[in-house]
Amino acid sequence: MPSLGADMDEGTLVEWLVTRGAEVARGDVIAVVETAKSTIEVECFESGTVTEFLIEPGTTVAVGTPLAVIAPAGPTPAPGPPVPLPVPAEAVPAEAVPATPLVRHQAAVEGVSLQAVHGTGRGGRIRRADVAEAARSGPARVIASPLARRLAESLGVDLSTVRGTGSRGAVKADDVRAAAGTGGGKPARRGAVGEPAGPRPAATQTPAARPAGDRLAIARLMSRAKREIPHYYLSTTVDLAAALEWMHRRNSTLPVTERLVPAALLLKAVARAAREVPELNGHWREDRFVPAAGVRLGTAVSLRGGGLVAPALADVDRMPLADVMAAMKDLVLRARRGRLRASETADPTLTVTNLGDQGVESVLGVIYPPQVAMVGLGRVTDRPVAVDGMLAVHPTVTATLSADHRASDGATGARFLTALDRLLQHPEDL
Amino acid sequence: MNTRQSAGTAEATRTTYREALREGLREALRQDDRVFLMGEDVGRYGGCFGVSLGLLEEFGPDRIRDTPLSESAFVGAGIGAALGGMRPVVEIMTVNFSLLALDQIMNNAATLLHMSGGQLNVPIVIRMTTGAGRQLAAQHSHSLEGWYAHIPGIRVLTPATLDDARHMLAAALADPDPVLLFEHGSLYNAEGVLDGTIDAVGLDSASVRRPGTDVSVITYGGSLPKALAAAETLAEDGISAEVVDLRSLRPLDDATVLESVARTHRAVIVDEGWRSGSISAEVMARITEQSFYELDAPLRRVCSQEVPMPYARQLEEAALPQPASIVAAARKAVA
Repeated sequence: MPSLGADMDEGTLVEWLVTRGAEVARGDVIAVVETAKSTIEVECFESGTVTEFLIEPGTTVAVGTPLAVIAPAGPTPAPGPPVPLPVPAEAVPAEAVPATPLVRHQAAVEGVSLQAVHGTGRGGRIRRADVAEAARSGPARVIASPLARRLAESLGVDLSTVRGTGSRGAVKADDVRAAAGTGGGKPARRGAVGEPAGPRPAATQTPAARPAGDRLAIARLMSRAKREIPHYYLSTTVDLAAALEWMHRRNSTLPVTERLVPAALLLKAVARAAREVPELNGHWREDRFVPAAGVRLGTAVSLRGGGLVAPALADVDRMPLADVMAAMKDLVLRARRGRLRASETADPTLTVTNLGDQGVESVLGVIYPPQVAMVGLGRVTDRPVAVDGMLAVHPTVTATLSADHRASDGATGARFLTALDRLLQHPEDL
Repeated sequence: MNTRQSAGTAEATRTTYREALREGLREALRQDDRVFLMGEDVGRYGGCFGVSLGLLEEFGPDRIRDTPLSESAFVGAGIGAALGGMRPVVEIMTVNFSLLALDQIMNNAATLLHMSGGQLNVPIVIRMTTGAGRQLAAQHSHSLEGWYAHIPGIRVLTPATLDDARHMLAAALADPDPVLLFEHGSLYNAEGVLDGTIDAVGLDSASVRRPGTDVSVITYGGSLPKALAAAETLAEDGISAEVVDLRSLRPLDDATVLESVARTHRAVIVDEGWRSGSISAEVMARITEQSFYELDAPLRRVCSQEVPMPYARQLEEAALPQPASIVAAARKAVA
């Protein structure tokens, strides 16, 4: 189960798009996975032959759990199947849990994973009282000392994200302090350290429980952002007269399907500005800023059913505008249909949120950890502006920057917004 | 610990635990005519452990009284004397023999104040030797002070230092109700310097014998020197252990213990009694009841092995709490 975002702990296999014995190549879409946020197409990261499916569709497993075995292609016998981290999978197909439909329904309503419930009925059957009990006792229990729990509460640290160093992996007070202090930036889960997350009990989420999961994932990520990232905010109003005039002139020569919208210009300009100011394009990892090699622009897309995702568009800064337009349309469409690709959900390097179509003038966004900046774009609208000492009415947009003060200072942010303004004054060069 | 400093120019004197106890007895006998000492071999023999050596010659047979070998009889006589207005100090040779007087202690001394509606208090002090470590085998090596701490109506004291050995008796005699003083057999020869500036000690509080920051080692009586030795070893490893001497097992001074745990967030209880149902269990329970959210590690304890005390030296040593086992428990607590 690949990690399809910094906030993903587990995923549900929805379906296999290949059959046993199929030849697959790196990059092929082989499965569909549902996360707390959306449904994503998983791309294969090895080439070879699918020899075994380890997980049945409908099963929820922790990130890092092997899903299938792919035998390497070619004559050279590899030492072993190239599989991800060997996390003990507690995956049990839903049918294996001894519970009546009534109990299953109750579990779904309560958001309780039946796999994690201890059945006290005859033959280990799960009774309604067991589900109620599990609902009361809450999700996977974190082993932590009483002092650590008290500290975590007062410091606003989520214990489930703290790696315990005590016996049996217990979280001790020092672990909480480390997580809350300057070391708080390290997400103590997996990834950076290459350490598998503790064996979390697999949980099957039913559709009924989905919205809660959605909201919870966003809640966790945004709380972490506001807790750990000292945001600073800049804003500037960009005169779009030149850009839009150029765009309209260009659009008039093109068929409707190939015409541009202002958002495409803005996106491209943001990507170019990010290339010019690399201090804002990358990630904050283990107490330092790690600049990214290329620009992968996260584009926040609100979902119809509520919630949002921010899939990434790679190399927008190097793409012709027509391609940016096409990629943008495709991405929003698939995001709303819930069909994103794994490569699109891997960590973006900078995210843009555009609430212009919602009618707001400006948006001061919350940075997605571990990114270090978020660009906000408001509505493109006519405003009075002073031009050469005269009052004129021009289309303008208010561009904002939320940036991580650990990684950059205001002057850097200012350079970014200035670059964005300058780029938009010369649309023909975009 | 409430201590009273003397106004005059007192000087530090080198002495032993045994001599400090004798000095305390001598002072009590001099200051109050109602005080007398009785027990097996306390007179002509000078006490089984030599505590009362020379007192018969100094105070005469009326006040230093040898008794028949019947604990029930002479403890009962002591209770009667106390009811009659005297201030008896009764010495029971060891805690093991006190079981023969348990009915007198528990059903008479501890209860009469309550059963008489407050009319009859029993101002008796009962001293006895406790503990193992001297190859006296299974019938003479008990640590039953924890049992006595179970009984409401009495006070249970465990002097572990020279100052407490010297001054606890006076405070015990000043108490209008029964007081049991447990002297650990391994401490009699402990030598040291008596703090000449102290001329009284209180009975109500525990005492921090060595300050520390990483783990509280809570103990009393004969285990205190072992705990201090363990703290020394731990300090070499950079672990700062705070050693708390309970001094009184009934009443227990929760405040001092809890303050220490609030500083260190970890605790090891050292108790020579058997683990099950021991005073160490009571201390742990009180910590979890009142300071649960201060704890950063499970509480640990070092007790005697739950066997009749072996005679063979190596086996006896293995059965008792030792500095090494205290060090090991403290290391686990801070790990």
